[in-house]
Amino acid sequence: MPAEPSPCTMFEKIWSRHRVLERPDGQTLLYVDCHLIHDGSAPAFQVLKSRGLPVRAPARTFATPDHYVLTDTRKIAEIPDPERRGMVEQLMQNTRAAGITQFGLDDARQGIVHIVGPEQGLSQPGILLVCGDSHTSTHGAVGALAFGIGSTEVSHVLATQTLWQRKPRTLRIAIDGTLPAGVTAKDVILTVIARIGTAGATEHVIEYAGSAIRGLSMEGRLTLCNMSIEAGARAGMVAPDETTFDYLHGRPFAPKGAAWEAALGRWRKLPSDAEAQFDCEVTLDGSSFAPMVTWGTSPENAAPITGTVPDPGAEPDAEKREGMRRALDYMGLVPGTPLDQVRIDRVFIGSCTNSRIEDLRAAAKIVRGRKVADTVRAWVVPGSGLIKRQAEAEGLDRIFKAAGFDWREPGCSLCLGTNGEIVAPGQRCASTSNRNFVGRQGPGARTHLMSPAMAAAAAVTGHLTDVRRLETAP
Amino acid sequence: MTPFVSLEAAALPIAQPNFDTDQIIPARFLSRDRELGLAECLFRDLRFAPDGSERPEFPLNKPEFRAARIVVGEKNFACGSSRENAVWALADYGFRAAIAPSFGDIFRNNCLKNGVLPVALPAAVVTGLIETLQATPGARVAIDLPSQTVTLPDGSQHRFEIDPFAKHCLLNGVDELAFTLSQVDEIAAFENRYGRENI
Ligand code: SF4
Repeated sequence: MPAEPSPCTMFEKIWSRHRVLERPDGQTLLYVDCHLIHDGSAPAFQVLKSRGLPVRAPARTFATPDHYVLTDTRKIAEIPDPERRGMVEQLMQNTRAAGITQFGLDDARQGIVHIVGPEQGLSQPGILLVCGDSHTSTHGAVGALAFGIGSTEVSHVLATQTLWQRKPRTLRIAIDGTLPAGVTAKDVILTVIARIGTAGATEHVIEYAGSAIRGLSMEGRLTLCNMSIEAGARAGMVAPDETTFDYLHGRPFAPKGAAWEAALGRWRKLPSDAEAQFDCEVTLDGSSFAPMVTWGTSPENAAPITGTVPDPGAEPDAEKREGMRRALDYMGLVPGTPLDQVRIDRVFIGSCTNSRIEDLRAAAKIVRGRKVADTVRAWVVPGSGLIKRQAEAEGLDRIFKAAGFDWREPGCSLCLGTNGEIVAPGQRCASTSNRNFVGRQGPGARTHLMSPAMAAAAAVTGHLTDVRRLETAP
Repeated sequence: MTPFVSLEAAALPIAQPNFDTDQIIPARFLSRDRELGLAECLFRDLRFAPDGSERPEFPLNKPEFRAARIVVGEKNFACGSSRENAVWALADYGFRAAIAPSFGDIFRNNCLKNGVLPVALPAAVVTGLIETLQATPGARVAIDLPSQTVTLPDGSQHRFEIDPFAKHCLLNGVDELAFTLSQVDEIAAFENRYGRENI
């Protein structure tokens, strides 16, 4: 084996370790360590069936239903819509038949696929992980190379445990400085997307670096990497460090004993070499960041909560001006309105972006001793059964329920509404999810993205609110 | 997979940058059986009002565009969700190619797996093309895959890039899986030397 050209980025180290073969056209066949599947995978299994192919590596494949499950029941039979019920049933049948480990609705480990992977210790530094879902970028937070794939690619991975890829370029986003109080990982990633745009990282893998990133908890890093796809990136990554190792240690699928020590030795060599070259570099000062909310229909339409609804008239670029007009029209917002005066109807604390225990703690801290505003319907949808259980052990459920929140079962739910849980047309939702696209939370629904603490603040005041004004007890 | 060699057809302009796959097919149709066809779900909420009536302002509802087989988008076309249903809906309606300055990465890959050709052209060329299509609805665009050229309504020709293997698959209507399965010895050899240290 020729020596690896040194110095290398973390991405290059992982890429070259998974290279099975190259095609003359420059595409590389990569070996997949871990394949996560969810209840949208029925068409991929259908491809295998029609071609008479088995699943090549069931031991590297893990399944949990999330997109189509209801969050007010754990019984598949109670999903009224036969198509949606069928998606969950087929996942369970297909994975049982193939000998794939499943975390079903009767299992506390069930949850949103991107919550379950890290929680179970399946997402590990240095591995290549894929899933038929764009937010697979989440798992890069542990120092894995993780990206979303389409349904045909899912069938390819099931059948061969490999995937053809053209090597993406690398982008390093360094965020230094100390994040001000009230500024979370969600605010960091919304700021990044607002700066570089929703196509800013297309065909790139992002490595996040800098002191503000190093200071983030594992949960925060997962939130950060989760939304890399919203900047167009193929994947997002954070170099593994003691925070990562502490998080993974003792998790069910993490290495144990001597294998853990050996893994640590490998993982410590993963971070990008000091002299490694990236194709692009962006540097931001984290100490200038503020709590963010989105005002439009793209995640790049984000602004500090202290700002106002922007005026398309002030935008010199004709195309952007037209896009802003269209977005504000859909959102029912008037330019110049202070963002913290925008009234809301719904609150959703959930999704693979922000439904981890730390997110629920941050929201509960704001909610404690307060009441959900009369005009607001507010939901908490924990990311997994284990998170729900942990939150209940800490009494967080009682804080939410006492305030008037619905405390629900795990699933994707209001993030995209494929299970039928949607926001009504024209209603406005303060949401901790990741996409504010037209119709994302239901036809005609208006989404404002923000952090869990900001969503909690909106719930108790009835309008978008600067959480820093509520951070002292009522 | 249906082979793609060449195509000459009306082109549909979608004049919005960062057009996401949620707009191509809304989430509520993702559980729909592919066998039922997804043509009716394509651009659903842009194309139809909630009562099911057509929105006359949406270009696909104009008679000149109904037979369009090429969709023309702006920068970062079909970004967002990985839903392959977006390509299936386009293909079920009859679209065989997409032209844009850039695409969402996953959408681009999904197109190639379904006999839909993604063509990236310079932004200025696409802007001009969209203006032409809006001014003369039904104007035709020709795409020739063997020579990797697009001919626009004004007669101008533009070369586009495509990976040779993807080109081979499209031209012959074969998919990648068959090729990968022919390399299974290489995969097994990799597995043997790689071990099971990660999981
Ligand atoms: S929570 Fe939302 S973004 Fe995450 S996997 Fe589910 S639907 Fe996709």
